[in-house]
Amino acid sequence: MEQRSPAALLTVLFFGIAMLSLPILVLIGYSFNASPLVNVWGGFSTAWYGELLHNRQLLQAALLSLEVALTASTGAVLLGTLAAIALVRFARFRGRLLLTGMVNAPLVMPEIITGITQLLLFVSMVQLFSWPHRGFTTIVLSHITFCTAYVTITVQSRLQAADRSLEEAAMDLGASPARAFLEVTLPIISPAIISSWLLCFTLSLDDLVISSFVAGPGASTLPMVIYSKVKLGVSPDINALASLIVCAVGVCIITAGYLMTRSDRRRAREVQLAGR
Amino acid sequence: MKPTWRPGRWLIILPPLIFLLVFFLIPFAFAFKISFAEAAPHVPPFTDVFSFTPDHHLRLALSLGNYRYLLTDEVYGVAYLYSLRTAFFSTLICLALGYPMAYAIARSPRSAQGLLLLIIMLPFWTSFLLRVYALEGIIRDNGFLNTLLLHLGLISHPLRIMRTSLAVYIGIVYSYLPFMVLPLFATLEKLDPLLLEAAADLGSTPRRAFVDITLPLSLPGVIAGSMLVFIPAVGEFVIPSLLGGPNNLMIGRVLWDEFFGNHDWPVASAVAIGFLLLLAGPIAIYQYYSVRQLEA
Repeated sequence: MEQRSPAALLTVLFFGIAMLSLPILVLIGYSFNASPLVNVWGGFSTAWYGELLHNRQLLQAALLSLEVALTASTGAVLLGTLAAIALVRFARFRGRLLLTGMVNAPLVMPEIITGITQLLLFVSMVQLFSWPHRGFTTIVLSHITFCTAYVTITVQSRLQAADRSLEEAAMDLGASPARAFLEVTLPIISPAIISSWLLCFTLSLDDLVISSFVAGPGASTLPMVIYSKVKLGVSPDINALASLIVCAVGVCIITAGYLMTRSDRRRAREVQLAGR
Repeated sequence: MKPTWRPGRWLIILPPLIFLLVFFLIPFAFAFKISFAEAAPHVPPFTDVFSFTPDHHLRLALSLGNYRYLLTDEVYGVAYLYSLRTAFFSTLICLALGYPMAYAIARSPRSAQGLLLLIIMLPFWTSFLLRVYALEGIIRDNGFLNTLLLHLGLISHPLRIMRTSLAVYIGIVYSYLPFMVLPLFATLEKLDPLLLEAAADLGSTPRRAFVDITLPLSLPGVIAGSMLVFIPAVGEFVIPSLLGGPNNLMIGRVLWDEFFGNHDWPVASAVAIGFLLLLAGPIAIYQYYSVRQLEA
């Protein structure tokens, strides 16, 4: 529905967008402030970025967070894609309703509930099987759980839109169903898989509440360290760190968006060519 | 399709099904069990609910004390109510702000839509914690907003926003607004402009056409967006903890303090179970609409 919008609508849109982006822009501005006092502008400086490199605690936490995010997003993409295939391709199977529910519920479940229930599971499992020990493993397992939902939703809609007849044509030409899926449909849904991997990566990198519950006393992820610093007040090196993370995430989302639109355009072109 | 892939089906269905069963659903059973235990000074810090006596009889030690405590101690009732109220009004504000935004994006030219959506999505991808922290930089007593207003001479004393209910509202609306805009946009975009033209041809004013056509057709988006804001907002922890004052006791914060401050895991479990019962209705509504939309 393309139409000219009245000025009032555009004003609200502009106000909303300004409200969403202003805090981040101000934060990035502050991160180049030479003065450690937050309300005084002491000139341009990149000193706080240099300071980050000497903060051992932050670096260690960042490393753990990256390892967790890499492992968890990969695991979530595998499970989430399987779940999406199951929900789209298999119309009826025992447990379908259960799977649908368990895929959708983590999206709205308050993190604090997921966190505490998962911790209680892990603690009880340790009593029974003496596994998993709290730390890297438990953080990864819980991150996979909430990330899987996002993968399934993204891949599911892409898979539904994918043309089934292409795969059938491949099978008519002698490909096995598995091969037809892997060679025909998988490339079509791969942009959705890649962008959901990136989304999971950022979600995992960002998670504070669930990690705090399941991490145990030994391990601290980056958001946990940031939270404990921020709780004490604004600090200029966190401004620098936050700006770096925001930029990294910005690059991720622009890449993901680019991949999705490029493949959409290419597909549209191919459809057009095929139609001639 | 030919039913040749039969045994392979379960190789696809079972891994996610079993994983989510073990790590998402079964944990609630453990939380339910432990909510009947009592705190105890050992590892893990609660008593066994099930145990075996020396003569191999199952012993069931159920303690209803935690739930009695929830009902009698005022803190919990107040926190539940405060969370519900805060989430409800934040959802309304998000809707009032998000609906015109989604509507304006849906009506803008296709070339601009992508960019506008990207701008809306960007904070959605940016760290939640860092966004709340960035907001603190704006609304602090010596933050951006106050500095600007003082500079312009609009106020003579800095506005006190931090550590008030207002800060919690601003925080929730700021953090959850994209969750409202995106589902609304998805339904408004699909709306067929021919319907509005037909209504206009038949003599409807634009306002009437909006009320009679656009609004009812966008209802699924309104519900999905509202649930995506309301449910997580009820359980919000980071925002009241960083922006709110000691009076802004939301249930997420109470649960966190019970757990990390008092180390009372059974009471924390009981708070979580009570909380879940409270949210069962909204979650069911969300599930119903999201499943219907995906399968449509």
